[in-house]
Amino acid sequence: MTMTDVKNVIINIIKDIAPDEDVSTLDENVSLREQIDLDSMDFLDIVMELRKRHKIEVPQEDYPKLATLKSCVDYLFPKFSVS
Amino acid sequence: MQNLNKNNRIVITGIGLTAPNGNNLKEFRNALLEGKSGLEKTEVRYMGEKTAGFCDFDEIKYQKKKSRRRGTRAGSISIYCANEALIDADLNVENLDRDRIGVYLGITEHGNVETEEEIFQLHQQDLNTKTWTPHHNPRTVANSPAGEVTLNLKITGPHYTIGGACAGGNLGIIQGLQMLRLGEVDYALAGGISESPQTFGIFAGFDAQGALSHNPENPQASIRPLDKDRSGIVISEGGAIYVLETLENANKRGAKIYGEIIGYHSNSDASDYVNPNTERQIECMEKAMKRAGIDSNDIDIVNMHATGTGAGDISESKAINKVFGNSIKTHVNFTKGHIGHSMGAAGALELAGNIPSFFDNLVHPGINCKNIDPECEISNIVLDTPKQVDQIDIVLNNSFGMLGINSVVIVKRYTKD
Repeated sequence: MTMTDVKNVIINIIKDIAPDEDVSTLDENVSLREQIDLDSMDFLDIVMELRKRHKIEVPQEDYPKLATLKSCVDYLFPKFSVS
Repeated sequence: MQNLNKNNRIVITGIGLTAPNGNNLKEFRNALLEGKSGLEKTEVRYMGEKTAGFCDFDEIKYQKKKSRRRGTRAGSISIYCANEALIDADLNVENLDRDRIGVYLGITEHGNVETEEEIFQLHQQDLNTKTWTPHHNPRTVANSPAGEVTLNLKITGPHYTIGGACAGGNLGIIQGLQMLRLGEVDYALAGGISESPQTFGIFAGFDAQGALSHNPENPQASIRPLDKDRSGIVISEGGAIYVLETLENANKRGAKIYGEIIGYHSNSDASDYVNPNTERQIECMEKAMKRAGIDSNDIDIVNMHATGTGAGDISESKAINKVFGNSIKTHVNFTKGHIGHSMGAAGALELAGNIPSFFDNLVHPGINCKNIDPECEISNIVLDTPKQVDQIDIVLNNSFGMLGINSVVIVKRYTKD
């Protein structure tokens, strides 16, 4: 899986969790919460979907690493590589 | 009439509803008059084809997609009905004291849909409970549908549901009326809702009782209340929420008034888990009329609970014949032939379907009763086509449920003193 693939996986999850939002113009270096309406429960859902769809675990202490699209990809890419 | 001042007289000033055959009062009423069914064939998980009633209102008319995803179908039905009721009552929550609005919704059950779905999903995830959704608890707490209304409308007054089995819809209305009379709130959003056909367990449960209709090839004729060839219940979803307020408040703001709730009663059979009790049904109707200060000769329409089960239809028919057998002007109808059994919504929804009678003086018919069961013979029953009468002043609405819960609500045409 390439980094672009990982990015698309994350975007597709966010699309499902925040269906009212336009995710096509997300700036990958800016906090997701600053750009779209995401709360703490939504991040729990993102973690849950990663677990259900891709068997990837994100420990609670790593949640801050999901802050931006770029940080998500940087953090999750190695996990996808071994999954 | 009982002696009440304007602060204790409670009137209906708004109605929001969704039924399998209509998404507002006008559509619903027209469908009832035209004999239009809302029932359809559906695939029930693990069980195959069954008949059910589903609503096709626009879920995102008043709700964001994300809120719908977070919440439940019951919550979505509630949000739709509550918003429609407020608009109908010409009320904007932004201009009201949000702390003085109460939300009281009758339910048959809540949480089955979400729990079943989660367990199904759990099995797709090798029973890994770490995949159980964090939304499970807020979705399944019993106040959830009413709470979703307060979240949607930013109402800060009290909210809760009233668990009343299939009497829930009437009980929601009664609760709203009582809270207004106690002065707890200025407005009550009160009624009943149901998401029941979204869960296979309700179908399987009625099937196990031998009370589920089996006729998916002809869904619109599946439920046949009072018919000797009846085959049982058809499960439906729906909702009806009323804006209730005191007559004084309604007059002060020049509100349109659909009718006044003049009587109600609720009691318990204390005799069986599922079978009805004719004597307690009689008692419930008589005590509701006594509270209203009227007798059976004053009732123009009785809307039967009439679920299309043998035990239920026969018990209620006996009760109605006992109470109204000598009341010449009382007409009797039922609603489940059109829409199936909308469970927690039934009482509120079926009452709503009869309220336009105050304005058109028509008694809507019950449908799908082609060969009436001799044990359900009722004089002045209205079947198949509407009946025009000179004037309809008072409607009595029956709603009964499991564990022997009975409820009656009586609404009167409003006329200025």
